[in-house]
Amino acid sequence: MTAPRLALGKDLVGLETLDAAQIRSILDTAEPFKEISERAIKKVPVLRGKTIVNLFFEASTRTRISFEFAEKRLSADTVNIQSTGSSVSKGETLVDTARNLEAMRIDMVVIRHGSSGAASFLAERIPSNVINAGDGRHEHPTQALLDMLTIRDALGRLEGVKVCIVGDVLHSRVARSNIWGLTKMGAEVAVCGPRTLMPAGIEDMGVRVFPRVEEAIEWADVLNVLRLQLERMQGGYVPTLREYNRVFGISNERLIAAGRNLLVLHPGPMNRGVEIDSDVADGEHSVILKQVTNGVAVRMAVLYLLAGGEPEKAEAAKGGAHA
Amino acid sequence: MRSLLIRGGRVIDPASNLDAVADVLLSDGRVEAVGDGFGTPDDADVVDAGGLVVCPGLVDVHVHLREPGGEHKETIASGTLAAVAGGFTTVCAMPNTDPPIDDPAAVGFVRAEGLRAARARVHPVGAISVGLGGERLTEFGEMVDAGAVAVTDDGRPVSDAGLMRLALEYARTFDIPVAAHCEVLALSRQGAMNEGIVSTRLGLTGIPNAAEDVMIARDLLLAELTGGRLHIQHVSTRNGVEMIRRAKDAGIRVTAEATPHHLTLTEDAVDRYRTDAKMNPPLRAAEDRDAVRQGLADGTLDCIATDHAPHHYDEKEQAFDDAPFGIVGLETALGLILTHVVDAGILSLPRALERLTIGPARALGLDAGTLRRGAPADVTVFDPSAEWSVEPKRFRSRSRNTPFAGWPLRGRARITIVGGAAVWDERA
Repeated sequence: MTAPRLALGKDLVGLETLDAAQIRSILDTAEPFKEISERAIKKVPVLRGKTIVNLFFEASTRTRISFEFAEKRLSADTVNIQSTGSSVSKGETLVDTARNLEAMRIDMVVIRHGSSGAASFLAERIPSNVINAGDGRHEHPTQALLDMLTIRDALGRLEGVKVCIVGDVLHSRVARSNIWGLTKMGAEVAVCGPRTLMPAGIEDMGVRVFPRVEEAIEWADVLNVLRLQLERMQGGYVPTLREYNRVFGISNERLIAAGRNLLVLHPGPMNRGVEIDSDVADGEHSVILKQVTNGVAVRMAVLYLLAGGEPEKAEAAKGGAHA
Repeated sequence: MRSLLIRGGRVIDPASNLDAVADVLLSDGRVEAVGDGFGTPDDADVVDAGGLVVCPGLVDVHVHLREPGGEHKETIASGTLAAVAGGFTTVCAMPNTDPPIDDPAAVGFVRAEGLRAARARVHPVGAISVGLGGERLTEFGEMVDAGAVAVTDDGRPVSDAGLMRLALEYARTFDIPVAAHCEVLALSRQGAMNEGIVSTRLGLTGIPNAAEDVMIARDLLLAELTGGRLHIQHVSTRNGVEMIRRAKDAGIRVTAEATPHHLTLTEDAVDRYRTDAKMNPPLRAAEDRDAVRQGLADGTLDCIATDHAPHHYDEKEQAFDDAPFGIVGLETALGLILTHVVDAGILSLPRALERLTIGPARALGLDAGTLRRGAPADVTVFDPSAEWSVEPKRFRSRSRNTPFAGWPLRGRARITIVGGAAVWDERA
């Protein structure tokens, strides 16, 4: 009974505050959970009797569904709350929602919110476990975890792997979580994109910056291609989508020119023909659908660990015993 | 009216280069004499100031009293009580209220409420543009007649350079300064904090130094063009300080402020999304803070102004992007300056007090900030060695939004005297 628990803490707000051992143990815990989704009856009683609220203040389909599958396959009772509104009403809703959730004694909250810091805001105010499913431009830890799991599956390791994140790093929580996670796991990380979409001082996060995508492809083992939000063009960050595709788009020609077998990831949803060409998305380099599959396993692992499960007992737990 | 004799304190009056143990005699609302050897008039109350510093009442040319329209944050009565509790005898009230102070009636209201509260003196600052809309000049002359001492659209910049030129020119007619909140909105882009590694880490939109610098440069050039008096508010950047320094050398009529928070904090205070460290201009990098300190020390920055900006608890209890800008400052300024500017060796005590008294008074042309014979009998008596820690719940302000909660400070006001009457007495 004295086996050391994985000290994930109460919440998963971001990867900035985790260390390599904690990240590794989430990834390792996800491994046995992958198999559950391959069964005919995709359900184990690991979180039976736990209540989880999926609190989405921002539209999301794939992340919410991925969490919901993870929760249901672990037998948790789930409630979805979808709420979008103006900036101010979001803020008001957040503090009152926190108090109401606290009053209803729920076990876990999965939160997606348009404002950076919203997840930690909630985590500091309620005793339930809080999982950040994306807060503003801050972090999206489970996305980075599933990206890392997918890279590790394909290449067998993370240490020393060269990963370049391509695109709108400025507005991307996926980029920030990947940078924290990958650098902690010993990968080399670079970013590439128009300078207008690079945040100030990004080099100080321990990454290289490639101004041109050809150099990035030349250097990298893995490309993680970010979605270019179409409103960035209206914001003037890029003149046209056509030029963005021509200068930064990931095409088969560019990958072939590199003469190596690169792995291509994309957190979705994709703008085909903008940041990524269809022949890449659907081609041999792409592990985009594997990311989606791994997303469910990683989220199961996070739910299991935050509920107090021990990494080394995950295999046994899914056989039927409670966590 | 009875006289008041403040006996045996260390009297520091930077305006008259005085720093000596002496007595200060106040009568009929004026400073009667400073020195020693004069007896106690029969009708005088006596205050023993042994071990205390006696200086001109502190002047804060930049406060938001929130009335009318924001009474849940602050009122003129609560804000001026906070002022005298912090040692300030004179405050200049910013016009970005609801409705804004943009006509003589509104100016008169602020003045009248200040007199009714009978604590610190309240000098209204009128808006530059009607409704703070940035399009048409307000009636400067009518507002000056009603008691306005300056004009500003503080809280937002005058984005139209043509309007700013007109404001500086027109203000010359009445010999009042135009106080400028320097920010290029197209560069700050609704940012929430300083642009840099901390904003990148937190995923918050950054406000680059250039958003402030470009506007400071423009306004200095317009001050040169027009010969108008420009007062630059809350300078936070190293380039801003340097440009003001050069403008002064070139003879441009410019004065400028430093806030206690830009003198003591950096962007690191925002870590963990602390909305009590959210203000505009934002807390900057350490090099900027150091430049502001240097600018204050060499006189480039004429005065310390708090930019006292009360906000209700609920408004700050939000996600960072949604919380409003600003912190309260009146009750922490003196302690912060004594501890982190004077004790830290950045300015001597007399020079620091200059920036809190005659410096701001001259910048806005106020009859305040000195103990010369005949000056208004506004005096602050403070204990330079009193140790205390900042407890927001004990503030007299209606608001508690401060990043300095729990800070140990040295030095605090004991007696605050306005017009010869003690309006704050902590010994009581």
